[in-house]
Amino acid sequence: MSHDEFQKHDAKILTPSFMVLLALTLIGFALIAVRFIKGIGAVSNMSDGYPWGIWITYDVATGTAIACGGYAMAILIYIRNRMHYHPMIRSAILTSMFGYGLAGFSVMVDVGRPWNSYNFFIPSKWQANSAMFEVALCVMAYTTVLLMEFLPAVLTTLEKTQWTTLQMLLDKLHRHTGIRRPERLEERLESVKDVAAWLKPRLDKVLIFIIVLGITLPTMHQSSLGSLLLIASTKLHPLWHTGFLPLLFLINCMYIGYSIAILESVISCYAFKRPYETKELSGLARIIPWLTVIWLSVVIGDLAWRGQLATALSFDFYSRFFLLEFCLIGGGSMLLFSGRKRESVRWLFVSAALIVLGGALYRFNVYLIGFNPGKGWHYFPALAELLVTVGIVAFEILGYQVLVKILPVLPKLHTRQQLDAAQQHDDGHATPNHDDGHTVAGKA
Amino acid sequence: MGNPSRRQFLKIVGAGGAALLAGRSASASEGHHINNETIGMLYDATKCVGCKACMSACKRVNGDYGSLSYEQAKFDKDALWDAPEDLSGNTRTLIKLFKESEHEWSYVKYSCMHCQKPSCVSVCPVSAMTRDPETGIVDYNKNACIGCRYCQVACAFNIPKFQWDKAIPQIVKCDMCKNTNLKTKGIPACAEVCPAGAIMFGKRKDLLEEADKRLRETPGKYLNHIYGEKEVGGTNHLYLAAMQFNKLGLPVLKDEAPAEFSEKIQHTIYKGFIAPVALYSTLCFIAVKNLKGNGDSHKDDAHKQDKGDMTDESR
Repeated sequence: MSHDEFQKHDAKILTPSFMVLLALTLIGFALIAVRFIKGIGAVSNMSDGYPWGIWITYDVATGTAIACGGYAMAILIYIRNRMHYHPMIRSAILTSMFGYGLAGFSVMVDVGRPWNSYNFFIPSKWQANSAMFEVALCVMAYTTVLLMEFLPAVLTTLEKTQWTTLQMLLDKLHRHTGIRRPERLEERLESVKDVAAWLKPRLDKVLIFIIVLGITLPTMHQSSLGSLLLIASTKLHPLWHTGFLPLLFLINCMYIGYSIAILESVISCYAFKRPYETKELSGLARIIPWLTVIWLSVVIGDLAWRGQLATALSFDFYSRFFLLEFCLIGGGSMLLFSGRKRESVRWLFVSAALIVLGGALYRFNVYLIGFNPGKGWHYFPALAELLVTVGIVAFEILGYQVLVKILPVLPKLHTRQQLDAAQQHDDGHATPNHDDGHTVAGKA
Repeated sequence: MGNPSRRQFLKIVGAGGAALLAGRSASASEGHHINNETIGMLYDATKCVGCKACMSACKRVNGDYGSLSYEQAKFDKDALWDAPEDLSGNTRTLIKLFKESEHEWSYVKYSCMHCQKPSCVSVCPVSAMTRDPETGIVDYNKNACIGCRYCQVACAFNIPKFQWDKAIPQIVKCDMCKNTNLKTKGIPACAEVCPAGAIMFGKRKDLLEEADKRLRETPGKYLNHIYGEKEVGGTNHLYLAAMQFNKLGLPVLKDEAPAEFSEKIQHTIYKGFIAPVALYSTLCFIAVKNLKGNGDSHKDDAHKQDKGDMTDESR
């Protein structure tokens, strides 16, 4: 696990997409301010019949599944012992960190009395019967774990930094406003470096136990996200209400996790004009159909056992959403069974996208579409409510974009060919040349 | 492909599934006990005259303590009447009229059912919803509540209501005047003021006895069913009516409490937190073993082990 498997992406930070994302983020956060001043009803269409809307369904239930790339990659690398995927872990952890951090943030926006959240830490208030209690504690713990898992990237940078940006900024500040540099700045910066240098080897030693905690916690709370709806036996449609909800949610987050790792790699390689990691991706893609086949078998077996197969094929409102979810996941997996399609970036992208969409639709079906509290209740998210979610997602992408440019997150480019490809990469088809794996010419 | 680690992984998944199955079959055999010494109310829809005295008494008595307020109707520009359309963040109890034809109609009173095995208590992550084992009253504590609204998702009767339009909202639901009328006068305000004797307050066993008596003595008058006697594991708010209960907005429910089902599965998976600890230890063992096998000097071995997937370009 050496730290030089990773590198910064050297590029401008203030790109046009940065500006667009920033604008969306600001709109979202302005609406969050409105929510805190005027109440949840002022920005959302949630009601007493549909007390959980798009914020819980997307930001929390689906967002954390999409943020399971780090979890899925960690299982693959550390438990199934595929160390050669290690270069992909940091970007996966970074997206997980944002996904989970912002899911936690969304919860704080969504709950009505967030100032009472300290009760989660008071043992007399603990309620072990509640799946929500389990989810809340696990998500908080996992977000902390993710931060620690990501810490090596920050420490490596701190250790090696020359503080050029900071120096430049201070100089500028001095020139324009006459503020003098803080005294003994060099000394203090030096001590930060020392702390980073001291902490890093120690963190490295215990990191594996933190990483394993980062595998255990999602196993717990991803299944509990399914358990949350077990109690709604009268409201959740029988196509989705089953005792297997926890198991289905757990497997669901795994195949979403691997698929999102593929999507994220393809998109960031495309956006940052780096060569595609086709070999690694097709390896990942081989795992997915096995998981989806297990998942689909549990779904069908359970429906058959509960005598709901006819309901699934009745083509009513619920059945259509069920079949759509089923076809997206099944279709995406079928593509991945073919070895040749797994070698093509385009097919990898298409199939991973199908599976993520299908997997996410499953969670929407459970939390929202299949949820019917009774006659007279309807829910469709309000514009402001959607914009809050959009703002949070935009902030997530924004953070990723910026952090990969200031911290060593992306896998290191190794060969001269890869570097060349990186420079010429514009048609979206370039695949790296593997013949010459030894002419290492890493970017400085 | 079929290397030990994958088999191990599948085993873990399989074990999870088996545990779930075990939980399912176990849930059918055990059941919870209904405590008939607890207090409740019997609402007789055939006696109710729809005067809504119970509604106004409830708001008068609990207004300050329960954060209730009057709701204005659209036509009522001067705010003369309290006219809630449904239970809401302002209203704990409500009388509705259901009319099928000129001869077939019925009033119905809504408020918390005070279940014997309440879903809201089972799901509340911070114990803001509690059930007093002595009285059976399901109470809400706004000082613990985080406002997650899981109680609303869980309640089969859609009883807990949230104050959507307030910056400092809370859940609103009937607590049988636990801190107001019951404390001072020994009876909930609605039962106290009912002029028609439609709301009877007392111990659950007495209420059931009375309901049985009414069904026996005037068999033609009622539907032969005490709603709440068995529904979702029994409720302390019981109903007698002449019209189908589901037409009155009281859903057809199974006898098993949904909380029994969900708690069984959750506890089966977790086994008193032994399962997560076992999982963590097992994973730690595997991960540390893997890491040792991949020590810096043996970096190449990892690649040889897995030639099928990769070339050596990742170095």
